[in-house]
Amino acid sequence: MLRDSRRTGRSAVAVRRRHKTLVYALRLLLLVLILGGWELSVSLWLDPFFYSKPSLIWDKLVIWFTDGTAQGSIWAQIGVTLQEAALGFILGSLVGVVLGILLGRARLLAEVVSPYIQALNAVPRIVLAALFVIWFGLGMESKIATAFVLVFFPVFFNAFQGAREVDRNLVNNARILGAGRAQVLWSIVVPSSTSWILASLHTAFGFALIGAIVGEYTGATRGLGLLISTAQGSFDAAGIYAGMLITTVLALLAEVVLGLAERRLLRWRPPAQASFVAAI
Amino acid sequence: MSYLVDIDHATKRFLTSAGTAHTAVQDITLQVTAGEFVAVVGPTGCGKSTTLSLVSGLEPPSEGSVSVNGQPVRGIPAGVGYMFQADAMLPWRTVLANVASGPLWQGKPKEQADALARDWVARVGLAGFEDYYMHQLSGGMRKRVALAQTLVNEPSILLMDEPFSALDVQTRALMQNELLDLWSGTSAAVIFVTHDLEEAITLADRVVVMTASPARIKDTFEVHLERPRNVEEIRMTPEFIAIYREVWSSLSDEVAIARKTGASRVA
Ligand SMILES: Nc1ncnc2c1ncn2[C@@H]1O[C@H](COP(=O)(O)OP(=O)(O)OP(=O)(O)O)[C@@H](O)[C@H]1O
Ligand SMILES: [Mg+2]
Repeated sequence: MLRDSRRTGRSAVAVRRRHKTLVYALRLLLLVLILGGWELSVSLWLDPFFYSKPSLIWDKLVIWFTDGTAQGSIWAQIGVTLQEAALGFILGSLVGVVLGILLGRARLLAEVVSPYIQALNAVPRIVLAALFVIWFGLGMESKIATAFVLVFFPVFFNAFQGAREVDRNLVNNARILGAGRAQVLWSIVVPSSTSWILASLHTAFGFALIGAIVGEYTGATRGLGLLISTAQGSFDAAGIYAGMLITTVLALLAEVVLGLAERRLLRWRPPAQASFVAAI
Repeated sequence: MSYLVDIDHATKRFLTSAGTAHTAVQDITLQVTAGEFVAVVGPTGCGKSTTLSLVSGLEPPSEGSVSVNGQPVRGIPAGVGYMFQADAMLPWRTVLANVASGPLWQGKPKEQADALARDWVARVGLAGFEDYYMHQLSGGMRKRVALAQTLVNEPSILLMDEPFSALDVQTRALMQNELLDLWSGTSAAVIFVTHDLEEAITLADRVVVMTASPARIKDTFEVHLERPRNVEEIRMTPEFIAIYREVWSSLSDEVAIARKTGASRVA
């Protein structure tokens, strides 16, 4: 009996592993099909000048990473963009979290300002990038500002919601046990909102990168956005794709880092719930 | 005579979502002295939890007054401990950190708070579980954490809202014995809400019967059973059965009324 069940257990593991291998193999195949189809159709029928193709993009990347770009080393461009995105992300989420939580706990204030916040949220903020270049010049500041406004709102709204939905029982219990207002805020409200806030940070870093790149695209002296904009100026489709590819990799790396931080911060959760949140 | 808890003709009304006033508690007068164990029984939804929230200062009375330690209640009075009906521990803190919360919030240094918490965690029988999170504990263990968390502050007034109602019979008896044990070493006043009449008589010096909603005090019964009590054995004694019969005849009418109005509300 026991041996039997152990054997079925082992074979279940084997089945799961085989299934995983199959999924990865199919994913790889899909990628090869798409890239191969692209390469082939451009080589045979379409104009590579407009559509470019994987081999040209690859050549472009090789040139950028070995000889550097027209603006200097590719690493310097990545560094500038990352720095802008990271600063915009940190400032935006910090201000978003603080204001969101404070407003979430101050009912009257929240009621007074909520229509204005809704209105601000409805503004197509990406357009502000142009304004920020006029205000702050071609340097990093205007890109940080663009990243900031893109990051701020989703983080703010999630922190606000999180602070509102704090379990009254937890707050009452803490008050009975002797917690003051500041202690309730710090020990109950902030941790209860953490899962809400973390959920928003995932998308927020993507927004920060978009903000930095659009900012650079609008007007800059360095960065990946400028690289893309220069490529566009010289009808270099491969350059645009290469810039996109690098940006995508950066966003994925940031996602991994955020995922690790989230797992560490939400260690107290039952595992099923944690993975559910990660799945959202 | 000074009372530790003095509820004087207190009424509490809530605004319903329909905009009308709902009287949860009406004209309640109840005094509790130090070292006294009072149980409050009544049909479900009558206003027992509301009565406790008046004493804890979480809700102000609409009429009448509530004093704790001779002082009218404004905000949360010093020395009150309150074990809520629902779980209220912080899920992101470990057992030890949850129990240490009270002393920390009251300004005790970390080492002292941790030492106190460790002691209380052991006293409620959870030694070895200090580093567990709430979702890793059983329902009974969570109630123990709540008990330790409340008692670590050494309250002089202990409010308990159906603390054991979610437990199985054996665990409940165990916890009741433990509570009596822990309490007998103090001079704390206890107000213990339950709708289990047996539990009320087993634990209390006095059983207060509340009417169906809105809650008024219907009767008060003194329980002259000897202490220390063993909760499993005391239930078999003829004295216990006699008191039970007496209180039940008072309570059963209210339960019947509550059932009828509940049924008509549903219909
Ligand atoms: N914050 C509130 N706002 C509005 N109504 C409330 C509030 N708290 C309690 N009530 C109402 O007051 C009445 C009494 O509630 P309470 O919680 O005191 O009952 P209870 O006797 O503790 O019931 P149970 O035995 O089921 O716990 C109920 O009808 C409830 O709907
Ligand atoms: Mg209740």
